[in-house]
Amino acid sequence: MSGTPSAAAARSRGHGAARSHESAVGHVTGQAIYTDDQPRPAGMLTAWPVQAPHAHARIVAVDVSRACAIPGVVTVLTPDLIPGPNDVSGHTHDEELLPTSEIHYVGQAVTWVIAETDEAARAGADAVDVTYEPLPALTTIDQAMAAASWHGPEKRIRHGDPDTALATAPNVLDGEVRMGAQDHFYLETQVSWASVDAEGNVAVHSSTQHPSETQAVIARVLGVARNRVTVTCLRMGGGFGGKESQANLPASIAALASLVTGRAVRARLTREQDMVLTGKRHPFDARYRVGFDDDGRLLGLDAQLVSDGGWSLDLSDPVTSRAMFHIDNAYHYPNLQVTGRVARTNTTSHTAFRGFGGPQGMLVGEDVLDRVARHLGLTPEVVRYRNLYRGPAEGGSVRTATTHYGQVVEGNRIVRIWDELSARADLDARRAEIATFNDGSQHVKRGLAITPVKFGISFTNTKFNQAGALVLIYTDGSIQLNHGGTEMGQGLHTKMLEVAALTLGVAPTRFRAMPTATDKVPNTSATAASSGSDLNGQAVRQACLTLRSRLAEIAALLLNRSAPEDLLFADEWIHPPGEADHRVSFDEVVAQAYARMVSLSATGYYRTPNIHWDPATGIGKPFHYYAFGAALSEVELDGFTGCFRLRQVDVVHDVGDSLNPLVDRGQVEGGFVQGMGWVTMEEVVWDPAGRLRTVGPSTYKIPTVAEVPERFTVHLLTDATQDRTIHGSKAVGEPPFMLGLSVREAIRDAVAAFAPTPDAARRVPLPSPATPEVTLRAIDAVRAQSRAEAPSRVSVAS
Amino acid sequence: MTIRSATVGDGFTLTVNGRRMDSGASPPTRTLLQFVRDQGLVGTKEGCGEGDCGACTVAIAGRATDGSPAFVAVNSCLVPIGVLADAEVITVEGVTRRGSDLHPVQQALVESAGSQCGYCTPGFVMSMFAAFHDPIRDTDCGLGDDAVEGNLCRCTGYVPIRRACQSLAGVTPAGLPVSVATVGDTGTASRAVTAVAARGRHLLRPTTIVETLDLLAEHPEAVLLAGGTDLGIELSHHRIDPTVTVAIDHVAELSTLDITDSRVRIGAALPLSHLEHRARGVLPALDEMIHWFAARQIRNRATIGGNLGTGSPIGDLPPVLLALDAVVTVAGPGQSEPVLREVPIDDFFTGYRTTVLAPGEIITAVTIARPDRSARDEHVVSWSYKVGKRGTDDISIVAAAFCLTMDAPMGPTARVTSARLAYGGVAATPVRAHAVESSLVGRILDADTVTQTAAALGEAFTPLDDLRASARYRRRITGSLFEKFVHQFSAVAR
Repeated sequence: MSGTPSAAAARSRGHGAARSHESAVGHVTGQAIYTDDQPRPAGMLTAWPVQAPHAHARIVAVDVSRACAIPGVVTVLTPDLIPGPNDVSGHTHDEELLPTSEIHYVGQAVTWVIAETDEAARAGADAVDVTYEPLPALTTIDQAMAAASWHGPEKRIRHGDPDTALATAPNVLDGEVRMGAQDHFYLETQVSWASVDAEGNVAVHSSTQHPSETQAVIARVLGVARNRVTVTCLRMGGGFGGKESQANLPASIAALASLVTGRAVRARLTREQDMVLTGKRHPFDARYRVGFDDDGRLLGLDAQLVSDGGWSLDLSDPVTSRAMFHIDNAYHYPNLQVTGRVARTNTTSHTAFRGFGGPQGMLVGEDVLDRVARHLGLTPEVVRYRNLYRGPAEGGSVRTATTHYGQVVEGNRIVRIWDELSARADLDARRAEIATFNDGSQHVKRGLAITPVKFGISFTNTKFNQAGALVLIYTDGSIQLNHGGTEMGQGLHTKMLEVAALTLGVAPTRFRAMPTATDKVPNTSATAASSGSDLNGQAVRQACLTLRSRLAEIAALLLNRSAPEDLLFADEWIHPPGEADHRVSFDEVVAQAYARMVSLSATGYYRTPNIHWDPATGIGKPFHYYAFGAALSEVELDGFTGCFRLRQVDVVHDVGDSLNPLVDRGQVEGGFVQGMGWVTMEEVVWDPAGRLRTVGPSTYKIPTVAEVPERFTVHLLTDATQDRTIHGSKAVGEPPFMLGLSVREAIRDAVAAFAPTPDAARRVPLPSPATPEVTLRAIDAVRAQSRAEAPSRVSVAS
Repeated sequence: MTIRSATVGDGFTLTVNGRRMDSGASPPTRTLLQFVRDQGLVGTKEGCGEGDCGACTVAIAGRATDGSPAFVAVNSCLVPIGVLADAEVITVEGVTRRGSDLHPVQQALVESAGSQCGYCTPGFVMSMFAAFHDPIRDTDCGLGDDAVEGNLCRCTGYVPIRRACQSLAGVTPAGLPVSVATVGDTGTASRAVTAVAARGRHLLRPTTIVETLDLLAEHPEAVLLAGGTDLGIELSHHRIDPTVTVAIDHVAELSTLDITDSRVRIGAALPLSHLEHRARGVLPALDEMIHWFAARQIRNRATIGGNLGTGSPIGDLPPVLLALDAVVTVAGPGQSEPVLREVPIDDFFTGYRTTVLAPGEIITAVTIARPDRSARDEHVVSWSYKVGKRGTDDISIVAAAFCLTMDAPMGPTARVTSARLAYGGVAATPVRAHAVESSLVGRILDADTVTQTAAALGEAFTPLDDLRASARYRRRITGSLFEKFVHQFSAVAR
């Protein structure tokens, strides 16, 4: 048994408590402390990077003499100062902490100047004279593909017989789609500070989503055992995947510099440095051939995905895999082949970003569906709906609920969600309204789209799906809660406090959510893959259950009962079932436990059961379950400029039994807007020389409040208990990001409306992001295409 | 008037959250953001250091025209502390009421789950605080989006923040935070020229045009600081380190706004937010552009003189001023009196980021004539457009402003009697399409004319490719914005 009466009551409502973020008061008063806000140790130094001006060059000479002569400059780091391997990669061993012979992208840090003040460090960095010999560079994915510049072999997932399916399908189309990068634009830039004590113990505070990896990398480069290195993350000002591996560089620089100087050292990136130095969401090039019948039913797909990994591998392999796993989005293909390959370019090394390849795969998937529908002159949402995964419960079969990697879509809620959304958002009436509006409007057109989301939950690297927790009860009854997850705004700590409080039957205020630290819970996984609550929640619960069973023994003695396992823990009291008045307080039981020499601390541990897959074939059950959702977006498009306005958004999303509806709703809304930004206004631009041109918010535009429509509804699916998860909840971090694809498809729908006659636009190619420029080009193409081509119902395979 | 004759070498004090603070060794060009964080007030965050994210927003206390306390939200990363001598600043730490009582804007954000990572939150709190205490706010309404449009949030999608803003409908300020002991008096009557300095950096603050010209004459190396929304970025990013800065925000003569039936005269150093509120409805094309001009915190500081003086080809206001045939008043040093000259806006820009301003000269005002409403056979239509990747608060790809005079309401029977078609972002300077304008005069504005005009406009300039868009797109919308204009204002044709 797992619950107290209040817990059971909460779950019977299907929802946890709608509590604000546990740090909300700290946020609004400015008292919540971030890594760069901590009181600085006396004499803390600053590190400043010396950044290379070339996309690819040999380092001929580094002369630090002028820099070292600047007052306040303490030292300039050089590779020979590194005690251990000069390797700051997570586990791919292809990133030097300090480059020894070559630099691989514009802005790469050649070295770092360590100085008394920011001003001296900056001046010192300006005075380091580096001589380069420029080398040929590949700065675009096209150049890399043409030069066969790859990070590794091609990967392939094959399901059914796609060759025969495409050869025999009544209709076959080819398509291609390009999508750009996305900067994380967490409001807090990367920052770490480190101090090494006289005994060689290294303490690092870092804005890292992955303290254990940061610890491991620091231990590696310093040549010490990991037990010498403690990495702590207080909280982050946003992460979104951008601090999963990218924190390792500044943290390692701070630690190395501290070792070298014997003083505390801080490495904080300015916004421009952060945008230039750190990786982004992978750009992708995708090509596909799709076969389908005259009703738009998908028969086969053959797709080639190429991701731009940048100069080093980083997480590009699993990102590309996840794109391959998600190219189907929520649609069933009886036959499907997808290949994936990572291009190597001379740009920053692209990395984890909310969705982790899923958005890129699903963007291609939605491109396919729109292509099929418009070719047949069918409404896209009709074709989308027709192709959704349907198991036996939805009138389909196990076959039509099986993905191309062999996993059956269990607990499939996508049809239900689609139906609820269509009704809530009044799809049919809105379609009619839009048609009427468009008939009467020559230069401004409206469009809408529904897109579904099916997102697999688990790290695809199966061994990462484990977590630990440590709960410490003090004799005054106050409790410290430690777990392996980091807080970056997603409300993980808030949810963990709910889980712990529910399990021990006490108020969340009794707990202090501790900073995430490697000396409390070892060998943790990154807080990533939407897994934070799923994994850590179970570990926290296990730790609390252990403590509860010990406390129950004491309580049974005090209450003179023989069955401690039956006692109820609720509202700060412990009592037998049905005897609410025969009770003992949590505080007293804690005090008595200490007096009777019973341990008041416990660890908890969890691993996700029954997941497996074969990386060689891509076949298996990589995901514990799927998260589902769907969004309907309506836009208005200006035919003079290509500018769009988002008029209305309606979402139905499945978070299981929400651990905290307020937090989950925030994840859905925030994820949607971030996804909308990716496919519309957020354009990362490099020039032909490989220089990043969008290096701050004046040039890189994330959505503001004005881009978010007043009419924005989010409905969390009810009666949605998920099997074998913490309190029936589901992961929510990443899946809503892909709801933003509905905006892209709605823009495309509005573009199509510029055709002289309805349904005349049989093809609407649209690169991503759909900036005003590319959108206007698409409008012009639709206008021209419709004049030039008489649409034919049956196509010839090209 | 010299540095020597002013009080030299002194630090100064400013009040932060009711506490008087000494500038100490901080040079007057140090940004307010750096200064408050130096003082341990780390609630104010740096998100970008270029005034575009709003995380560092603080409020500067002042008085509204009716004398009631008012607060101006500013990006502290763009404000050199020298201009805050004797001013009063409120940071997020100063907003909380007695003890731990949250301010209504803080309470609203907590209750709506308006914070996730929390890093942007102090900036939102301060923008909302300033808007909440705006004496002219209709307290029956909540705060509008415009209160927080200059604050970026990457977590929430803004939905709960908007909810928090709207939930303040009906909530009236029950006094000010206790830390706001005495709200600063920004009246300028008794001011005299002041100078503050530290570490060899001087900030001089004249109070008259004559003093300004004298100081500039004496310090040819000085940089002129109005609102600092452009210069502040250079200071914040340490790209410049001027030894002498002349700040003109205390020159009352430069902050006037004079609206008559025949013209609008805008003081060069008048913050745009004043123009926005006080001149609303007078010149629609100007209203429209100001609406798209940056965000609240920037408009609270930015000035029309600054927008012209930088000579940027992508400034938002120049196309409007070109279309409306503005006149720029320039003052330069003279024997006894300043020498004033009136420069037609057409002559103002001389090249990429260069203007007719000679060393030692300043812009004092911009004057725009208002259409003569008594002329019944004359129909004047003007409007402005700004196209960016993001609708709100972006640097324009192309900005355009048009002013057509016709013998009938705009439409396929109207004959054009004069035309001014102005653009930003298509050339090295803000420009007019003179040849196209000439070809329009005398023509009936029928569909063929509009199409031909748009095509001609598309060929009128040779814009560049840059990170915002290609030259091709710029040419394309140079023409289609004119079509949009005609379409938008045509009475008959759609």
